[in-house]
Amino acid sequence: MRREGSPFKGTATIAFKEAADHMTSARMHLIMLLVLLTAIAAVYGAIGRITETTAEDPFLFLKLLTEAREPLPSFAALLGFLLPLVAIALVFDAVNGEYARRTMSRLLAQPIYRDAVLFGKFLGGLLVIAIALLTLWLLMTGLGILFLGLPPSAADIVRGVAYLAATLAYAGVWLALAIAFSTLIRSPATSALAALSVWLVLAVFWDMIAPLLASVLAPIDPLDPMTVVTQFETQQAVSRFSPQTLYGEITGMLLNPAARSVGPLFFDQVQGAIAGAPLPTLQSLLVVWPQLAGLVAAMILLFTLAYVVFQRQEVRA
Amino acid sequence: MSTTVIEAKGLMKRYGSTVAVAGIDLSVRAGEVVGLLGPNGAGKTTTILMLLGLTEPTEGSVRILGKDPLRQPLEVKREVGYLPDAVGFYDSMSGRENLAYTARLAGISAELARESIAAALDKARLAEVADRHVGTYSRGMRQRLGVAELLMRKCSVAILDEPTSGLDPQSTQELLELIQALSRDGMTILLSSHMLNVVQTVCDRIALFSNGKIGFLGTIEELADKIGGGAFIIDVEADGIDLSEIGTSAKGVKSIVAGRQGHWLVEAERDVRPELARLVVDAGGSLKNLDLRRARLDQAYNRYFREVVHEA
Repeated sequence: MRREGSPFKGTATIAFKEAADHMTSARMHLIMLLVLLTAIAAVYGAIGRITETTAEDPFLFLKLLTEAREPLPSFAALLGFLLPLVAIALVFDAVNGEYARRTMSRLLAQPIYRDAVLFGKFLGGLLVIAIALLTLWLLMTGLGILFLGLPPSAADIVRGVAYLAATLAYAGVWLALAIAFSTLIRSPATSALAALSVWLVLAVFWDMIAPLLASVLAPIDPLDPMTVVTQFETQQAVSRFSPQTLYGEITGMLLNPAARSVGPLFFDQVQGAIAGAPLPTLQSLLVVWPQLAGLVAAMILLFTLAYVVFQRQEVRA
Repeated sequence: MSTTVIEAKGLMKRYGSTVAVAGIDLSVRAGEVVGLLGPNGAGKTTTILMLLGLTEPTEGSVRILGKDPLRQPLEVKREVGYLPDAVGFYDSMSGRENLAYTARLAGISAELARESIAAALDKARLAEVADRHVGTYSRGMRQRLGVAELLMRKCSVAILDEPTSGLDPQSTQELLELIQALSRDGMTILLSSHMLNVVQTVCDRIALFSNGKIGFLGTIEELADKIGGGAFIIDVEADGIDLSEIGTSAKGVKSIVAGRQGHWLVEAERDVRPELARLVVDAGGSLKNLDLRRARLDQAYNRYFREVVHEA
């Protein structure tokens, strides 16, 4: 059965309204203030460290994002930790909030499809995160120019943009997860808790769980040295179920041009390579392409789950 | 001949083994106001959701202005406005902004929407508070804003689900006047309500729901007639006779209840005032008043559910 009209009619209207709501909401202001302050502190720390330890580096601006000065983590690590919180805070009540406000039936009685509601809410959240990330990145670059006295190179900008795109995909996974919970669970508070629990498991505990699972799935045979490699690879594979791991690997490759692999590297693989020589941007991108595809796939999978549940949902409020 | 605007045939909705709507037939003509009545859980809201295309029927078909809400949902939704019980709006937006958002979703141009919104807010007597956040509105004002949305969208059909529930008498009266204004504008209205006086005031016909079925569809007079209570109630005031004795000889009289001295309430299946007047005069009495009243919906409704449904 073919439906009349476009399923996306009204998507932009809903997305812009959602984005406007987020931009003016107190929770967004609070969480962005937290991100901004910690990011500035991290970059300020990185600037201090760069000026103390680095004489010359063609990728100085990328170092701004990866250098850490105790006790603060690097800007990239900070974003990897806090961005899921921002995404969850934005959309944990995207769908069930409409039911709670009793606006859902009125909204769906308008001449639009349900598709537009879900897509609009997702895109509205993504738009706000994209604007926030771009602003943050420009702010960091500005601070870098101000304190380091150098403009960013073209390679810095290209890698920086690729990093931003990957960060957006990472945020998209958490947005889709939070929307899925807000569709599955009718209480906004419970859906927020559920999303935060998943974040806690994947961001904090997964690094502890992965080695345990790997040791069970691929035990080391003391007589076979290759089993050590197998266990390490198994551990890596298990770790990659966490978006945090995938994002960490992408960040490591894109912001550190000298990095050549995200996995174990054997001597025969680096034969002829000049130690510390940067990899072309395209090559770095090719190395992390599976991780990037993994993030996008996870986002689509979670969004599809939310979509299927929402399409079949009984609308009574 | 007036056109049929809403037509449901054999409409059924099943949730697992529970039957919410058990195969109903409903036909509403253009410009008609039809009240959906029945106890909670009788299937009124589920029927409304199926008419709107928000819930898929298990069996049966629906046509709104000749269109299928499931196959042509956008065309149907363009023509149908929906006002649910305790309608929700976005509290952080003003009344005007809420309507502007709806207008954008409905694809109404910004210029046209501006005029329509102003006119609708004016008609709903919300013009003065239009720029205040909806969070500050009372429940009655929100319901009126809901009606303003229907006016703004210029729908042909309005489906109102318990619009007066939880409203104070003044707000109920104001909403009622707005619903009557919608009807005067030629809108076809389906009104679900537990407030029988509201239904009696505005509806042309009523549909009585019971256990997922429509047990009765017709006018209030037809309902009163069907349950044997008499569609016509005549208030008689006379001296010098006992109407309880002589009145039963008039054809069509169902019952006569004596009130205070010289007053009787006659229930009849037709207007028997000429016969009653003749009987009083022939018996040597003096007739002081002969007043025809409409059958009261609350009485007919209660008798219907007490006698017809429970006995069945």
